[in-house]
Amino acid sequence: MDVLNNLILGFGVALHWSNIWYCFVGVLLGTLIGVLPGIGPIATIAMLLPATFVLPPVSALIMLAGIYYGAQYGGSTTAILVNLPGEVSSVVTCLDGYQMARQGHAGKALGIAALGSFFAGCVATVLIAGFAPPLAELALKFGPADYFSLMILGLIAAVVLAHGSLIKAIAMIVLGLLMGIIGTDVNSGVARYSFNIPELIDGVGIGTVAMGMFGFSEIIRNLEQGEEREIFTKNVTGLWPNWKDIKQAFPAVVRGTMLGSFLGILPGGGPVLGSFSAYTLEKKLAKDPSRFGKGAIEGVAAPESANNAAAQTSFIPLLTLGIPSNPVMALMIGAMIIHGIQPGPQIMTAKPELFWGMIASMWVGNLMLVILNLPLIGMWVKLLTVKYDYLFPAILIFCCIGVYSISNAWMDVLLAALFGFIGYVFIKLETEPAPLLLGFVLGPMMEENLRRALLLSRGDPAVFFTRPISLVLLIISAVLIIIVALPQISKKREEAFQE
Amino acid sequence: MKIGHPKNFWGGVMFAVIGLIFAVIARGVPGLAFIPGYTMGTPARMGPGFFPFYLGMIMLILGIIIAVNGIRTDGGKEGQLEKFHWGPVLWVLGAIVIFGLLLKPVGVLLDGIVLIVVASKGSHDFRIKPVLILAVCLTIFCALVFVVGLKLPIPLCPDIESLQSAVGMCRA
Repeated sequence: MDVLNNLILGFGVALHWSNIWYCFVGVLLGTLIGVLPGIGPIATIAMLLPATFVLPPVSALIMLAGIYYGAQYGGSTTAILVNLPGEVSSVVTCLDGYQMARQGHAGKALGIAALGSFFAGCVATVLIAGFAPPLAELALKFGPADYFSLMILGLIAAVVLAHGSLIKAIAMIVLGLLMGIIGTDVNSGVARYSFNIPELIDGVGIGTVAMGMFGFSEIIRNLEQGEEREIFTKNVTGLWPNWKDIKQAFPAVVRGTMLGSFLGILPGGGPVLGSFSAYTLEKKLAKDPSRFGKGAIEGVAAPESANNAAAQTSFIPLLTLGIPSNPVMALMIGAMIIHGIQPGPQIMTAKPELFWGMIASMWVGNLMLVILNLPLIGMWVKLLTVKYDYLFPAILIFCCIGVYSISNAWMDVLLAALFGFIGYVFIKLETEPAPLLLGFVLGPMMEENLRRALLLSRGDPAVFFTRPISLVLLIISAVLIIIVALPQISKKREEAFQE
Repeated sequence: MKIGHPKNFWGGVMFAVIGLIFAVIARGVPGLAFIPGYTMGTPARMGPGFFPFYLGMIMLILGIIIAVNGIRTDGGKEGQLEKFHWGPVLWVLGAIVIFGLLLKPVGVLLDGIVLIVVASKGSHDFRIKPVLILAVCLTIFCALVFVVGLKLPIPLCPDIESLQSAVGMCRA
């Protein structure tokens, strides 16, 4: 069987001692930032991008991927013990996890979260191995018009599934697209929006934007708030759930994994959506929904499995279509390009060791996370007691050195400060910055495909409606917009995100 | 006129203004030499100005819609603008800007300490002694990890020559 051979190849790469080490570093760092509130995977990956320059591309991507799914593990620890989501995707875990901790079952909650995540990670790895090849084959048939429509669909799905105002999110995407085309235009050689600043002629780096908007502005936001935390550190005992707990939680884990895997593949989907939906589903299915919010074990098991599954399956569109489904994947594309890899369907055939090595490393990383985290929980808990006043300088200096090192340009540091300010204004105007980052990555790709499509059709825009693949994608996009614009549904959508 | 949802109103204004700026720069202003504009081209042969101009226009329209909705809808308390905390904004961003400007001439060892001390002024209780200790430890740690360990080309120590030329510029 092909998949089997490929997986063997992948494990051969992933189990190379150096890759095991980078995978370990990745998941450890990921867990660390997942545990710490106030810094997310986006800022961390951007921060560590320069540190991966010296590595071979496979090792670099293995490490960066490890950070991402490691963060999903770590986020749950903070959610359960401090009632503070370490990551957005752990928001719902707070609801029941914290209640379990208050009732003295903190260990059990942490244990089921870790085991559920591991199960989800295994399933998602198999899913990627199975789904990615046929999808990549399909993607090879895509012409420029189809790609353009696919990006439209991806961007629209991203705003439909995100929370907050729809039209603001679309405006943010457009802003991202515009920022993405700053720099030299490949077709004409004209430097656009560069104002003769040499650093801008090459365009703005995604690391710079991400660090400013997700790193610096978060720091300012956290500083203005001040902090109060109540931590349950004493009663973290009995990590292993007993048989009864497992029997109660297992169906929830399976459902969470399935739902999360599916939502992760969707453009615009990802861990956040996965965990929210899984929690809602469990509450709907439960015989006694009133138990939820008071320490129901399913309320921890399902969202934690779902966010981990989704974190991994969101690699499918990245690796097969070369299109990011969420901001972290947008950053992964940036990382790939820096390492000289053009993301897209050709990766699988051109660089099988990279593709399958990365997939195999995800399983290895998940195993490490379980082995690592259960004994290390005590250490993570100690970290939570560090005051933010001492934490943020560390984040700050890492970010600053990170921004500088991406292209050894001090101008980038100033630009990142500017984006930090813009990001803070966005926070104050309640505008989510995530869609901007998606648009930012897709901007140049979209323009390029639009140009090519219209060049081939001699300027006739009908090409987007006559090619079947493109037509189907556009119809789906239109349907999505109509559905969300309907008054009843938009009300429901708000309720769902309020919960 | 009362604005019902100031957050959305000002958000819309921001989008509209940015969209307009992008569109105007793409199109160019006749008579203004510093905004020459980019070639628009035709749909079949798009020039560099085509895509950004229309995107800018789309953003302008979206911004106007958001702003108009912001006037019409009543956001209640949720819609009011929150306080803008200039303290942390200026200290943290100022520290980053200083870091960027000084990195080449003074090197990361000194610059890192400056960064942390200045940024920490933005936190709630600032005490110089623990901050200084933290700054020194973190900076040495970063220098070890990034410069010694990962061998990234970051200047470590003050660069006398560029310092002198900087001073020379001040005097000239």
